[in-house]
Amino acid sequence: MSRIEINELCVSFGRNPVLKNISLSIPDRQIICIIGPSGCGKTTLLKSLNRLLDLNEDVSITGDVRVDGQSIYQSRLDVTALRKKVGFLPQRPYPLPMSIYDNVAFGPRIHGLDGLNALSGGKAGSPAAGAKTSRKDKDRLVEHYLTLAGLWDEVKDRLSEPAAKLSIGQQQRLALARVLSIEPEVILADEATSALDPISARLVENQFRLLKKDYTIILVTHILRQARRLGDYIVFLYMGDLVEHKPAAEFFGDPSDEKTKAYVNGDIS
Amino acid sequence: MKRRFKDIVAFASGRLFLIFVNALALLIFCGLLLKAAPILQTVSLTDLLFSSVWHPMKHQFGLFPFIVSTLAVTLLAMLMAIPVCLFASIYLAEYASRRFREVSRLIIDILAGIPSVIYGLCGILVIVPFVAVVGEYLGVSTTGYSLLAGGLVLAVMVIPFIIAISVEVLRMIPGPFRESALALGATKWETVKYVVLKKAAKGLVAAVVLGFARAFGETMAVLMVVGNVAQAPSSIFDPAYPLPALIANNYGEVMSIPLYDAALMSAALILMTVVALFSLTAHYALSRLGDHND
Repeated sequence: MSRIEINELCVSFGRNPVLKNISLSIPDRQIICIIGPSGCGKTTLLKSLNRLLDLNEDVSITGDVRVDGQSIYQSRLDVTALRKKVGFLPQRPYPLPMSIYDNVAFGPRIHGLDGLNALSGGKAGSPAAGAKTSRKDKDRLVEHYLTLAGLWDEVKDRLSEPAAKLSIGQQQRLALARVLSIEPEVILADEATSALDPISARLVENQFRLLKKDYTIILVTHILRQARRLGDYIVFLYMGDLVEHKPAAEFFGDPSDEKTKAYVNGDIS
Repeated sequence: MKRRFKDIVAFASGRLFLIFVNALALLIFCGLLLKAAPILQTVSLTDLLFSSVWHPMKHQFGLFPFIVSTLAVTLLAMLMAIPVCLFASIYLAEYASRRFREVSRLIIDILAGIPSVIYGLCGILVIVPFVAVVGEYLGVSTTGYSLLAGGLVLAVMVIPFIIAISVEVLRMIPGPFRESALALGATKWETVKYVVLKKAAKGLVAAVVLGFARAFGETMAVLMVVGNVAQAPSSIFDPAYPLPALIANNYGEVMSIPLYDAALMSAALILMTVVALFSLTAHYALSRLGDHND
């Protein structure tokens, strides 16, 4: 059962075709690695899955992407709901200009998820106790997601500081907490470790491994070894074409395409 | 040898001209200071700034009505201009298509370049009668030549200027900050409100301050519609008499009166000091906009 179906997707920027006729169905609750040389359209493919491509003014898109059976490029789609369901972790963290606490609380607040409901499924307290309870619940929510992102212990005593004061590795895990806080079902991660030092990168990778039992994680990477370490399913793009896609063991053990063989052996990069 | 000589000439002449241009600011300031100094020997600074009595013939030089007029007309203009500028520039920078943005920018640049006397003319032909009608409707006696007319004309004049800077400021905020919020499912407005405006706040304040400085010193258009009565206005339908108008209307005409020119010079000095201070603060804030550490 797969949530995301891509059908004959073509994307170009201006006159420059970036993705050519991609069709792919993405398996559920695994880490899917999109690999390929730089400039092959990995990030574009990723951003096409929650309409972040809309932010480019000269983009044109044909074909179809379906999330849970619903075409996401239809004009009446609620884009905010789509992005809540399909969260995005950028290559470099750009913290929201607010405190560490508010960075995590922001998503739940705009989606109306804050309060007890989001965590325990129970009802919030009586209206009279509402404000107080809600603050406590929000605290718990923030702690929960920061813990999930592996950042809680490092920031629990400085939650009110501006997020920009964190190191870049911490900021990236904060970005992860931020994505998790909107309770997505799919997480898109765009080379989420490439700007990090090896230790922070390892921390983020470990979080991905822990998270894949509950989420579908689609990870763009140009590091072949990272794809070997993390990937359950590999999608290989080359110059805008989908060359090969299959489970990781099969992909690395028995690549069928010549380009894949060359890439896996390090003959092309 | 000849090549080297040309190089030296280009360097030296360029430097010389630049020094001259920079020195102008200092020269003007010192000139004003020197020419204004005599007034302080007969009139105390407090009287000059806070007395409302303006009788040059009797050596009474109270600039208070003019200072109040200037402040009032400028603040009124800013009050009307700021909301318009804020929303227009947010729309242009965040919502508008590239095509629309480019066309609008062109038009805004043209608006900003219209000679102020033309704004003054439009003010006399349209705004002054309009204010008179509004005054009549509200039961206030007014000729239309008033603080309100001055404020309206001035607002129209500074709007393109402030929008141009504000759009520039907003476009300086890197795209990925917007993406951070949008990717979380924020609407465009939420992104603007919680991220873009917060990042751009200092720059937008600077844009407003620059607009303020510009409005504060604007002479021609205001002079044409504001009534020019040497009295502190008590309502927006009263005529007013801002400092620039005072100087432009009187300098060179009644120079036989002793100390008159020193009084006008002190008015000019006040004007220049305020405008310079505002511009400096704004430019300082704008120059620091690049640091994204908060």
